[in-house]
Amino acid sequence: MTESFYRPGDPIADGKAPAGPIADRWTTRKFEAKLVNPANKRKKKIIIIGTGLAGGSAGATLGEAGYHVVQFCFQDSPRRAHSIAAQGGINAAKNYRNDGDSVHRLFYDTVKGGDFRARESNVHRLAEISTQIIDQCVAQGVPFAREYGGLLDNRSFGGTQVSRTFYARGQTGQQLLLGAYQALMRQVDAGNVELYPRHEMLDLIMEDGRARGVIVRDLITGEVKRHTADAVVLASGGYGNVYFLSTNAMGSNVTASWRAHRHGAYFANPCYTQIHPTCIPVSGDHQSKLTLMSESLRNDGRVWVPKKTGDTRRPYDIPEDERDYYLERIYPSFGNLVPRDIASRAAKNVCDEGRGVGPGGLGVYLDFADAIERLGRKTVEAKYGNLFEMYERITGENPYETPMRIYPAVHYTMGGLWVDYDLQSNVPGLFVIGEANFSDHGANRLGASALMQGLADGYFVLPNTIGDYIARNDLGPVGEDAVLEAETRVRDRIERLLSIDGDRSVDSFHRELGHIMWEYCGMERSEEGLRKALELIPALRAEFWTRVKVTGRGEELNQQLEKAGRVADFLELAELMVIDALHRTESCGGHFRAESQDEDGEAKRDDEHFAYVAAWEWAGEGAQPVLHKEALEFEYVKPSQRSYK
Amino acid sequence: MKLTLRVWRQKGPGDKGAMVEYALDDISPDASFLEMLDVLNEKLIAEGEEPVAFDHDCREGICGMCSLVINGTPHGPERATTTCQLHMRKFRDGEVIDVEPWRAKAFPVVKDLVVDRSAFDRIITAGGYISAPTGTAPEAHSVPVPKPDADRAFEAAECIGCGACVAACPNGSAALFLGAKVTHLGLMPQGQPERWDRVVGMLETHDEEGFGGCTNTGECTVACPKGIPLDVIGRLNHDYLKATAGGRKK
Repeated sequence: MTESFYRPGDPIADGKAPAGPIADRWTTRKFEAKLVNPANKRKKKIIIIGTGLAGGSAGATLGEAGYHVVQFCFQDSPRRAHSIAAQGGINAAKNYRNDGDSVHRLFYDTVKGGDFRARESNVHRLAEISTQIIDQCVAQGVPFAREYGGLLDNRSFGGTQVSRTFYARGQTGQQLLLGAYQALMRQVDAGNVELYPRHEMLDLIMEDGRARGVIVRDLITGEVKRHTADAVVLASGGYGNVYFLSTNAMGSNVTASWRAHRHGAYFANPCYTQIHPTCIPVSGDHQSKLTLMSESLRNDGRVWVPKKTGDTRRPYDIPEDERDYYLERIYPSFGNLVPRDIASRAAKNVCDEGRGVGPGGLGVYLDFADAIERLGRKTVEAKYGNLFEMYERITGENPYETPMRIYPAVHYTMGGLWVDYDLQSNVPGLFVIGEANFSDHGANRLGASALMQGLADGYFVLPNTIGDYIARNDLGPVGEDAVLEAETRVRDRIERLLSIDGDRSVDSFHRELGHIMWEYCGMERSEEGLRKALELIPALRAEFWTRVKVTGRGEELNQQLEKAGRVADFLELAELMVIDALHRTESCGGHFRAESQDEDGEAKRDDEHFAYVAAWEWAGEGAQPVLHKEALEFEYVKPSQRSYK
Repeated sequence: MKLTLRVWRQKGPGDKGAMVEYALDDISPDASFLEMLDVLNEKLIAEGEEPVAFDHDCREGICGMCSLVINGTPHGPERATTTCQLHMRKFRDGEVIDVEPWRAKAFPVVKDLVVDRSAFDRIITAGGYISAPTGTAPEAHSVPVPKPDADRAFEAAECIGCGACVAACPNGSAALFLGAKVTHLGLMPQGQPERWDRVVGMLETHDEEGFGGCTNTGECTVACPKGIPLDVIGRLNHDYLKATAGGRKK
């Protein structure tokens, strides 16, 4: 029945992952890769879009390797990429705690945590590289938390039972990003990286079916510029802002990926959106974004709601026996540390029952009273002080005295452009790394694994695999026709956006789209809701192109024009997300289909029919997308129903 | 809440700017300062006027993109707070609020409230890093770092590079920004080999970019949203003297 929304296409094979024992595959791949002669590297140009953990580390490493790197970011400095906001930590299988951790256990946990919708080969490589990442970052001077003996400290993190998370207070992303940024600036100083901040990629230059460059807009002058290269790397992050309200930075967008998708790059698993359980609840209509509270808070905070529905007493007036510590009750072995999808949906369920707290009843308590009593306020302050401060600033409430209120929010997207084992998309010469690709997280990402993937891709994987592509393809200069074609597309689109001169602001469209997505393609999706969204989104898109008002001109700093282009792409992506969610009639990880649950209300996966990656091909405007399936095989981790009880 | 805003409007770098007054009503006290500006912009668009350009991104107080001099103070009246984390409940109903860009020679205005802070990147490029080629790092536990050093390095490393220190300084000096980086890297064993080159390179670039000299007024640390302490400047001066004295560096 859902077939009417898409057309089936040919299946795809996960090319390039070498055969053999899983622990040897990455070593094998590196050895098989053709090398570029060091003297030739500087003649080879690589474009990188984005300067976050993935892009920044890739630029630094490729620059150092001797390639000529041309790198862009839309922010005013590479140091501001949104990776900077990651709070909690980064996982690595160092087993410094002697608690039974190993590469194999990290691999196992990640495959299981991804609800058996990630690739074994990729995830194993990620686990292997994790230890090297910590070494690299320490060498760069990243000030990780230390113990009194001077060695690195660790903590446990949502979804795992071993302490393998390295952290720098609640600002791990910031410190890791600054490490990558500084390494990148060192390459700028050395002349290996040409850096263009406040530039946005608006299209891909394609020649003979290959990615050969990009068209960018200088966000200060409005000038449309062309850059050609031997290969293009997208490290442009996730697309959670399709929901308008999310934990993403305001500028985070899908444009670079979406423009590539329109040139044939498959978009994989777009419906897999991770909802983060510990965000500060919405306070009003003015709200522009949601703020995440690090998941590490769940190590010591206890989640609860009143047992009675509609209990409006203040939290400290509710006696112990009238509180429901529902995570500890339903999931006794993991308790407050259950994975994100489980914690998020459990919060939604108790709120749906009318037991939610705070304005509008959309919130649950995260209570530190026990931790403060057990550890003392000073210890709690040392661990979480900055998070408590942030909470107080936003809500005006003091979490040392009254429990925090939290609610789930859109955080991270596990879908993204399809890539092979080499992180190359199906468009030759187009590589995709970090959150912008789909490959390692399956349907649900565990805490502290996104930072690990961004840095693994950028420091260690891509620099090895892209060399193989460059060594095998000696490409000449790009023809003027290909460049002009891309440039014309960009100019026409800018012109079109500016000429509509309607009566509705860009933000008003974005907000409306966000409402539709959260309502019908959010924490829980149903066939009925998704079908409704498929009527609403195209109508909203049509209205956008007739009624949007973009003020100002193209040849200047024009923030409305920037937003308009991004929202136009979100309006197309949203439809694909809904189609993907509709066709996947199973529940897995962050994708919970109302029709697919067991008698306890737990997610019911369907391995028989859905153990595949859904890779979508663009078929043109208004045409049904084509679904290519990549079968997933599990040789090392037997798929089992995830149970945290 | 009802508010009167006086906002700096300037079309481009070469144009003359002026304060323009706008009246707003119905602002939620729970809105952040930037969300209040979003409301203003929606209103301006509806009235057919150009919205106010301002910088912002993460809105979580960590990316360092937001700026604004609010009632004469960088990032506004609340201590240790970025503009994006400043909420309207900190203002009075009916208040008149002045909103201006960072004011410093080294941060030229791009448009309205947006300034160019790329000089900071050039200071980092001149040595604000540890040279650690990818893939050659020793095992992380092979170099212990005393916890007090790691903690102090972390405090300095918290700098978000927003530039409030420069905007607050009567001399337009970036000594706090620079001191924070020199302190962060100089306290770690990994940062020692390049310690002296780093401080000299960064300070030379700082001066070339048009930042002023530091006269220890301390305004920077008062304005800093991350509470970077003034003693990082002491460390900067100490390292610079040590690097240049006795002919170690020119």
